[in-house]
Amino acid sequence: MKKLLVFTTVLLLIGAVGCKETVDPNEPVGFIQVKGSDTIVNASQEVAEEFMKDYPHVFVAVTGGGSGVGIASLINKTCDVATASREMKSKEIEVAIKHGVTPKEFTVAYDGVAVIVNEKNPVERLTIEELHRIFTGKAKNWKEFGGKDLGIVTISREVSSGTHMYFKEEVVQLGKKGSQEEFSNETLLLSSSQAIVEEVAGNEGAIGYLGMGYVSERTKALLVAKNGVAYPPNVDNVKQKKYPLSRGLYFYTNGEPNGVTKLFIDFALGPKGQERFRNTGFVPTGEHIAKKN
Amino acid sequence: MPKKISEFVIEGCIKLSGWVVIFFVALIFLFLLKDALSLFGVHSLPDFLFGKSWLPISEPPKFGMVPLLLGSLYVTLGAIVICVPLGVCSAMFIAEVAPTHLKHVLKSLIEILAAIPSVVLGFIGIVWLGPFLRNTFGLSTGMCGLTGSLLLAFMALPTVISISEDALIGVPKAFKEAAYGLGATRWQALWRIVLPAASSGIIAAVMLGIGRVIGETMVVMMVTGNSPVMPRSLLQPLRTLTATIAGEMGETVAGSEHYFALFAVGLILFIITFIINFIADICLRKARK
Repeated sequence: MKKLLVFTTVLLLIGAVGCKETVDPNEPVGFIQVKGSDTIVNASQEVAEEFMKDYPHVFVAVTGGGSGVGIASLINKTCDVATASREMKSKEIEVAIKHGVTPKEFTVAYDGVAVIVNEKNPVERLTIEELHRIFTGKAKNWKEFGGKDLGIVTISREVSSGTHMYFKEEVVQLGKKGSQEEFSNETLLLSSSQAIVEEVAGNEGAIGYLGMGYVSERTKALLVAKNGVAYPPNVDNVKQKKYPLSRGLYFYTNGEPNGVTKLFIDFALGPKGQERFRNTGFVPTGEHIAKKN
Repeated sequence: MPKKISEFVIEGCIKLSGWVVIFFVALIFLFLLKDALSLFGVHSLPDFLFGKSWLPISEPPKFGMVPLLLGSLYVTLGAIVICVPLGVCSAMFIAEVAPTHLKHVLKSLIEILAAIPSVVLGFIGIVWLGPFLRNTFGLSTGMCGLTGSLLLAFMALPTVISISEDALIGVPKAFKEAAYGLGATRWQALWRIVLPAASSGIIAAVMLGIGRVIGETMVVMMVTGNSPVMPRSLLQPLRTLTATIAGEMGETVAGSEHYFALFAVGLILFIITFIINFIADICLRKARK
């Protein structure tokens, strides 16, 4: 059924390009389903569009939903490439292998997780420990951090988000393995980065986090410090590993990619694909100086 | 002779479609039950029913549905408190008081109300109602139960109004005439005679309104903040059963514990709406007698 659907989609697309055109038998033809992280959904979309310019007979469909959604659909075999803003958990790899899927990881770019507050909030910088106290609900007032006497409203993405997982591990649990700390249960769980921007822009007491590429002018990104010096989230600081909340962005395939999927992965890692990542506010892999821990 | 055959065929088709519907409902129930019960092989039933924290992606995960159930109940209760008086009064106005031309206008407006997509209401909730409530009540955030309740009340209004109105119109004219004959005013006749006579129909309307509200997903997911806390008031964020299923289903792997837990939540929701519809059905039947 699915094959039929894919087949007709491709046929329709070829039809749309024009009937006079005959397809060169050596030309790659196919359909790639890319699914996952909302953080890189825009970047992936641009890469896909660029790719389709080079390979007009391959159709790439990009959808978001969250890293968890992408990984789940890779395991359920409903997508060819899963995008993720976090690494797959060992438990997920276990489940994948049980379902006959061997995930292969490709690091496509690097990203910083920006912490944003309302523009009227006088607080400019916070340390990881302070963020930890805020997001676990131990600190409840901005007064403690030199702000106004105002309750703190913490905002997070839904549990399907890779950014949620990353932030939970690095900030809520302070990077300690086996930590049982959780987001304060009063944290708002919103289903998109845009909803977070919307709430932070309108609410003076709000604090949220999202991928660096989503920071808008209507909110203020905080400087974050780990060992004394605070850095703003920007491409240079992520590139040099100075900004403490930096992470990799990944593509996953089932086993070694082949056919059109391989073409797509190679394209994303190649100069044209990397250029698209740079244009959408991420750090291309080649420029990342320090190795991953 | 051919007439008889065609009649036989038509009768058979109608009978078949009736049975098919029943069969589907049973199938859905069994499907839910099968996957929901799989949870209790790995997770204890009391922990699910009485657990106070919902932490699906933690190690080990916790699937306590009390905060979600309370979240749903709070929002529903809030919506019903707002929507029932408004809905029943509108129905009374349309059925008994309004002049004919106004009646037609109001009825078509209510139909339009029913046709507003829930995602549009959710959007209004995010950009306007939420911030408005935050500023009016001095809340920490506008993403709270009350925002959800107000929007859901709005959504349930058409259901409540049209069914209550049917019930009011269904009251025999003789009742009212007898009341007038005894010297009752229009208000007295409406309040003391017509309304009580239509009461089972109105209860059914309320029940169907509740069913509509408790099953609504998009609006609550967009405006209630989705924090899995034990709700203490409508003025704080909360998470409902429906928003949990919609928000988390995408990331679960078929056959995982989390997947089964969401089915168990779905089963609870199914049972609740089933009971509500059952009560509504009994009331409607009573009203017809």
